[in-house]
Amino acid sequence: MSETKATVLSLRDLRVEFDTPNGPVQAVRGVDLDLAPGEILGVVGESGSGKSVTFLGMLGLLPKSAQVTGSATVNSTELVGAPTKTMRSVRGKQVSMIFQDPLSALNPVHRVGDQIVEMIREHQSVSKKSAWATSVDLLGTVGIPQPSERAYQYPHQFSGGMRQRVMIAMAIANDPQVLIADEPTTALDVTVQAQILEVIDRLRAEMGMAVVMITHDLGVIARIADRVQVMYAGRAVEKTDVDRLFSDPTHPYTEGLLRSIPLLGHQRLLPIPGSPPNMLRPPSGCAFRPRCPYALDACAGEIPDLEQIGDAESACIRAHELTLGVLA
Amino acid sequence: MLRFIVRRLLWFIPTVLFVTFLVYVAVRIGWDPVQTYSRANPRASDEQIAKYREVNGLYDGFGGYIRGYFEWLWAFVQGPDSWPRSIKGGGEVYPTLRYSLFNTLRLTGTAAFFGIGIGLFFGVVAGKRPGTWIDSIVNTTAFFVGSIPPFVSAVILQLAFAVQLGWLPAAGIYPPGHQGFDPWLLSKHMVLPVFVVAIQTVAGYTRYMRASLLDVSSADYLRTARAKGLSEREVLRRHTIRNSLIPIATVVAIDIGALLGGLIITENIFNYPGMGVFFINAANDGDFPRLMPFLVIITVSVLIFNLLADLSYAYLDPRITLD
Amino acid sequence: MTSYQPVHESSEFESFDELYEVSEQEGLDVQTLTPRQMAWHRFRRHKAAMISTVIFGILLVMVVLAPVFSRYGVNEAVFPISEGPNQFLEPQSVAWFGTDDIGRDIYSRLLYGIRTSIFIGVATGIIAVIIGTFVGSLAGLRGGRLDDIMMRVTDVFLAFPFLVAVIVVREFLGGVTFLEPVIGDKSSIRFVIVLLALFAWMGVARLVRSQVLSLKEREFIEASRAVGASERRIIVSHLIPNSIGPILVALTLVIIAAIVAESTLAFFGFGPQPGSGSTSLGNLVLLSRGGATQGNWWLVVFPCGALVLLAIVINFIGDGLRDAFDPKMDTGR
Repeated sequence: MSETKATVLSLRDLRVEFDTPNGPVQAVRGVDLDLAPGEILGVVGESGSGKSVTFLGMLGLLPKSAQVTGSATVNSTELVGAPTKTMRSVRGKQVSMIFQDPLSALNPVHRVGDQIVEMIREHQSVSKKSAWATSVDLLGTVGIPQPSERAYQYPHQFSGGMRQRVMIAMAIANDPQVLIADEPTTALDVTVQAQILEVIDRLRAEMGMAVVMITHDLGVIARIADRVQVMYAGRAVEKTDVDRLFSDPTHPYTEGLLRSIPLLGHQRLLPIPGSPPNMLRPPSGCAFRPRCPYALDACAGEIPDLEQIGDAESACIRAHELTLGVLA
Repeated sequence: MLRFIVRRLLWFIPTVLFVTFLVYVAVRIGWDPVQTYSRANPRASDEQIAKYREVNGLYDGFGGYIRGYFEWLWAFVQGPDSWPRSIKGGGEVYPTLRYSLFNTLRLTGTAAFFGIGIGLFFGVVAGKRPGTWIDSIVNTTAFFVGSIPPFVSAVILQLAFAVQLGWLPAAGIYPPGHQGFDPWLLSKHMVLPVFVVAIQTVAGYTRYMRASLLDVSSADYLRTARAKGLSEREVLRRHTIRNSLIPIATVVAIDIGALLGGLIITENIFNYPGMGVFFINAANDGDFPRLMPFLVIITVSVLIFNLLADLSYAYLDPRITLD
Repeated sequence: MTSYQPVHESSEFESFDELYEVSEQEGLDVQTLTPRQMAWHRFRRHKAAMISTVIFGILLVMVVLAPVFSRYGVNEAVFPISEGPNQFLEPQSVAWFGTDDIGRDIYSRLLYGIRTSIFIGVATGIIAVIIGTFVGSLAGLRGGRLDDIMMRVTDVFLAFPFLVAVIVVREFLGGVTFLEPVIGDKSSIRFVIVLLALFAWMGVARLVRSQVLSLKEREFIEASRAVGASERRIIVSHLIPNSIGPILVALTLVIIAAIVAESTLAFFGFGPQPGSGSTSLGNLVLLSRGGATQGNWWLVVFPCGALVLLAIVINFIGDGLRDAFDPKMDTGR
């Protein structure tokens, strides 16, 4: 792993534990991550894998019952355990986040233009007029037609795709270095999905912004990601390039994901047997063990760390011996 | 939006006419004005009774009712000088009505001002921190106070503070025989009634606001606001409270509409000469010339504020598609 | 139903397989709770509601068996006036709550009075809920004109100051002579029940309507439509069972509102005057008017105290019911 690459976001052993009435739940059990400027990192996983919680926890956006430990640095500013003032100066300025459902993520009673203005004026001291003009510009940049009129409208007056563009416009208002996109296309039609991804990609190129694309959809990953991190049960189980992910997976879970995609020519869908683990009492050792067709007794031992396998990293202790991949 | 307003306004007049007509029918059937007149003036001659009939348009039969209604309405809109006189002593209705109206407005206005303000405040205090002991105390207290029927609190407070302790006057707005305007005396007399009304209001609005706040607190757009870097206070002010107030505004509008009916209970117990007392007296006497203006004013007030409630909701929440 | 103490919860296990395995090993039974049982569990957790139910239960037994628990007849003086003054006696051994203006025991009269008032409350509640559920579900399901009209009418009616409206309607109903055989004379209990129910059904109807509106969108309604279920069947078999929670809560609210309303009406002389000396809570509360100004505190404290106790207890039960049927309260038990 190159240490000399400039990293704009770094996570080290990030852990998130929730205090629930049924006991402590470890939603994130040690995640490491490095993000370079201008790169798009895809974070893939099922619901409950901890992919969103990792980044919500990093930004301090989780409820009080959540405890975040480890380290998360943005341009050498440590976020874990940082005072609120520091967090607030990072949120919306150095790191922006967009969410899955833009209809519920935008305040329905404030005009769209005003919501962007709020973002701008939180971090820059400019006049309302100037901020409004900027927000109109931003709406234009993300491809919303007639931005000066539409800025006066309310969220419900936009279509789903347009709403997500509004969220993106709001997120990039202060020229952030990192954009965390939490399943931004999940709630949208397929055709609109492509448009949104295109907007994000273009902005990334124009602004040099790094993007974390959280999704469960491998199609999105294929379209836009540079590198990919696969998460399962609160840990990363594979880290690799996007191409290699599809051609040469190094973890049985990744293989399982690939196999469950319907492909032309295949007769049957092969879902992964079993269900995701109960994070109140996760399995010992490798969390994927109960569902893994290659599991050995040794897998129930210590929780495996990521090991280098060629140019990828894998958390499977049998990665060297197994040849994984989607059968032709 | 404009279309909606215009349509509602156009519907308003027919609705007012229709409802007031129903009120007219109810009053005539419920209180048989001729009979009550005879009872109030047992030595009235037949001529006087006939004149009373005519002045008030008390014709019989369905057609008669309609004719009577419009005659009454015509006299009503022409102003107080055209209004028929009370069956009790033939006095003018308007001055008493006006006096009662102002007294009630003073009472309800003060109580509403303090009650709603304090209620919303406590609602926010509780709703901001659900599950804490502050929340429990505020919520439980509001619950208990709200469960107490208003006349019970009125009577008990009267018993305690006025009769037993003698700190505050028990009744009226001035001591008997007092003339003229004296703000100090007036305020002293208003303390108990205002307090009784206000605690009910506070209890109610505390619970409304708290519930509304809790509802809004789980919304996603609050997370977005925090992700923008806003402080908790800013999030509370600009998003949570702002959105919580929307349903409250409609409640306030409707409450105000009902205010004019006076607080029958409280006014009665404290002998406060407001609209409530006016109505009870008129109802007990079956005084048609007093009942009709009173009820029509109430009706119009209720309908106007209903309309305002609708409009304000539409104004405050842009999601409402009006048609 | 055998009572049991849960040893394990489903959330403790990785999978259902493990759950059944462990249960077998430990010789335990696995029970899935029906929604009704879950609701009961949630109700039990609301301590205030449980206590209130107990209190209300005791009260109910006492007033239903009033002849057993009271010390004197409802119209009986504590001792004849020939033996000495019996009016307005303070609470003492011969009359626990004191006596009224003609020497009757307040305690005994309170028992009978509360019985009457609870009867009025429950009767009003049942009628209001039946009418309200019917109208509300129809309006919600069909929508359109019927719904519009119902909402408009109830809107206006409910916006009126309650007491003014009630008094006007009371006089009106009392004046329509041909209704008297059905609803009774203005001072009868039957009449006040009808009067209050006439107002109460509207709130219930609106509540049921909003429930139906949200249920309407759910797939199981679409499914039953697709199978060809008639409107009546949809209402009876699907909508109402799923709305039981809010309906029950509404019922408790109507009951207490009716009891308070009866007392309020009585306070101004518009209440029911049950014949032959029997009484209602409202009539007893009426005593507090004079009692307050004349300093006969027991005439105020006991009737009003009883009313307040009833109000708080029934409100808490309603609150408990609300929690019981609110799925958001579930933590996975």
